[in-house]
Amino acid sequence: MELLSGADMIARFLQDEGVEYIYGYPGGAALHIYDALFRQDKVKHILVRHEQAATHAADGYARASGKPGTVLVTSGPGATNAVTGIATAYMDSIPMVVLCGQVMSHLIGDDAFQETDIIGVTRPIVKHSFSIRHPSEIPEVLKKAYYLASTGRPGPVVVDIPKDMTTPTERHEYVYPKKVKLRSYNPVARGHTGQIKKAVELMLKARRPVFYTGGGVVTGRACEGLTDLVKRLGHPITTTLMGIGAFPQSDDQCLGWLGMHGSYESNMAMHHADLIIAIGARFDDRVTNNTSKFCPTAKIIHVDIDPSSVSKTVRADVPIVGPAQSVINEMISLLQGREIADPEALNEWWQTIEGWREERRGKLYEPSKPGEPIKPQEVIEAVCRQTRGEAYVTTDVGQHQMFAAQYYKFDKPNRFITSGGLGTMGFGFPAAMGIKQNFPDEQVVCVTGEGSFQMMMQELSTCKQFGGGVKIINLNNASLGMVRQWQDLNYKSRHAHSYMESLPNFQQLIESYGFTALRVETMEELEPALEKTFADKHELVFLDVMVDPHEHVYPMQVPLGSMRDMLLSKTERS
Amino acid sequence: MRHIISILMENEPGALSRVVGLFSQRNFNIETLNVAPTEDETLSRLTVTTVGDDRVIEQITKHLNKLIDVVKLVDLTEGSHIERELMLVKVKALGAARDEVKRTVDIFRAQIVDVTPSLYTVQITGDADKLDAFLQAMAPVGIHEVARTGVSGIARGDKVLSL
Repeated sequence: MELLSGADMIARFLQDEGVEYIYGYPGGAALHIYDALFRQDKVKHILVRHEQAATHAADGYARASGKPGTVLVTSGPGATNAVTGIATAYMDSIPMVVLCGQVMSHLIGDDAFQETDIIGVTRPIVKHSFSIRHPSEIPEVLKKAYYLASTGRPGPVVVDIPKDMTTPTERHEYVYPKKVKLRSYNPVARGHTGQIKKAVELMLKARRPVFYTGGGVVTGRACEGLTDLVKRLGHPITTTLMGIGAFPQSDDQCLGWLGMHGSYESNMAMHHADLIIAIGARFDDRVTNNTSKFCPTAKIIHVDIDPSSVSKTVRADVPIVGPAQSVINEMISLLQGREIADPEALNEWWQTIEGWREERRGKLYEPSKPGEPIKPQEVIEAVCRQTRGEAYVTTDVGQHQMFAAQYYKFDKPNRFITSGGLGTMGFGFPAAMGIKQNFPDEQVVCVTGEGSFQMMMQELSTCKQFGGGVKIINLNNASLGMVRQWQDLNYKSRHAHSYMESLPNFQQLIESYGFTALRVETMEELEPALEKTFADKHELVFLDVMVDPHEHVYPMQVPLGSMRDMLLSKTERS
Repeated sequence: MRHIISILMENEPGALSRVVGLFSQRNFNIETLNVAPTEDETLSRLTVTTVGDDRVIEQITKHLNKLIDVVKLVDLTEGSHIERELMLVKVKALGAARDEVKRTVDIFRAQIVDVTPSLYTVQITGDADKLDAFLQAMAPVGIHEVARTGVSGIARGDKVLSL
């Protein structure tokens, strides 16, 4: 038996839990915990420059590794600054534990200095939260927090820790709890066999099937199984933005991703399908467009670990509640020795799909002519070539995010790291930093824009202190591109506050931190600059690329339309 | 359609706010709410009446079940059940109306639990319709104050909501 203070228990627990990095920022209510961290060297603490960055960095790590990220912040403003990052993780079901300092128990409710009811503030954006009421609870509560964050449908868990729970002189027994049980929390271990059988029969009989898979396949570590299943059936597959890379994009069976800016063939295939096999996807409004016109001729199989996701926006004909991995494995074993009922029909379906592919081939965007500004799409394609499609790519939010998703080709899961659900500008750079620090030998690229980058650029300082050799590709169009695009389309090009006046000189800014910055204006300069950018894996390089500010992201679904209603360019419509 | 959902949840601080917060967060509707500890001191029983079509009710029960503090729940309206609400009403009781109020109280099998020269305080239990009917009957006399507990309920027969 070991007697430890609450603060030491936290430090010790993090070690025993195998946490390597935590991201945080100290402050009054968290000082005992910081002192305990100072007196050990197993858990490394990265001092961010804003708490929002701590959550995004931990989140980026969690997305890349599949393990929960850890954040430590102080009470009041420390905790409220973390809120956007918690909401980001919540919307994308990312495992994360956020430890928040809190004022002394006897001061709670008195509007004490730096007091915020962070449990209340974060209630709608956490999977669960805990408030420590006695130091002896700490090991068990923390274990529960990690258990909840990383099992079932993952999500962020907040632990509120009043300062007097960590008093150095007050010691209690510490035992690392190997297991915890919550009587009200039992995530399903497998799907209903009868329903899975029904689904497999439909999959064999389908004439125009499409797999539509999401982030649940990635977080559920079911990508290999999915690839096997889709290969066996020979069906086409489209993924959500969150599901990119779950099935190799270079494979012909992959139609790309779907939805508002998804590929033409994905959206067309969805609309005309007679069977949609949705796995770990949640029929989000950016995917379905108008639900009343969504896939009018399709039966829907919906596999999800979260029962509340099933039939939430679109009714499932065959609902299956269960983890993607075990359901997919069961499907595969049921397929043994079985054949597709009508290979001729599937063949015809593929011909139709190939027709759609052919329609758009070479027309996705118009490359720049000599002397014209670089097109943002060209930059992404060049980055993809330069990194052989193997980098971790984080993005912020807007046009550059869509271009990165469209023109970088991912063959592996956990590589495209983006704020899909919440759409958080400022996510990309700290997320990239979190990934790089945990995977120092990998190329980590942050595709961003000058609007998003300025939301979290203070983290350059963190990279200077702790290392973080990320490559920042700034698609600089001197405007908030996606806002501008909507203003072009819906507001007669009245660009209300979408123009970024008085941008900093990024080169000087980056160099003031001691990093390399390159600026590119023409296509001829692009490839050599990219070579320099990626030459040293461990060096942070900022590549400022001046791109055509008039470019729009296409395809773009027409609001309130069906999946197939798309703008294909400034002049074409589906 | 109106549904009565009874929930067994952890008797922990914050549990109630998670349940109530869920309703406002997801734009679900709460008509009445009633909560108290059970014979097992670690559990509270919360009963909520809500209105929605089948899709909405399905979402409500699924989201409630997802809350870590919710241990078990039942939609009582799915089966035969007993529902009760208690109401305390202060009504004007002056002159001829004083006798009239007393008679109406008897008709409704209610009780007068407090008396002043000008007021009766009436206690009445029953389902929501009965309480509404009593208020309607008292309206012409003059209602001064109403306190209702919200609906509580239990399934008929052998079915029990317990761990």
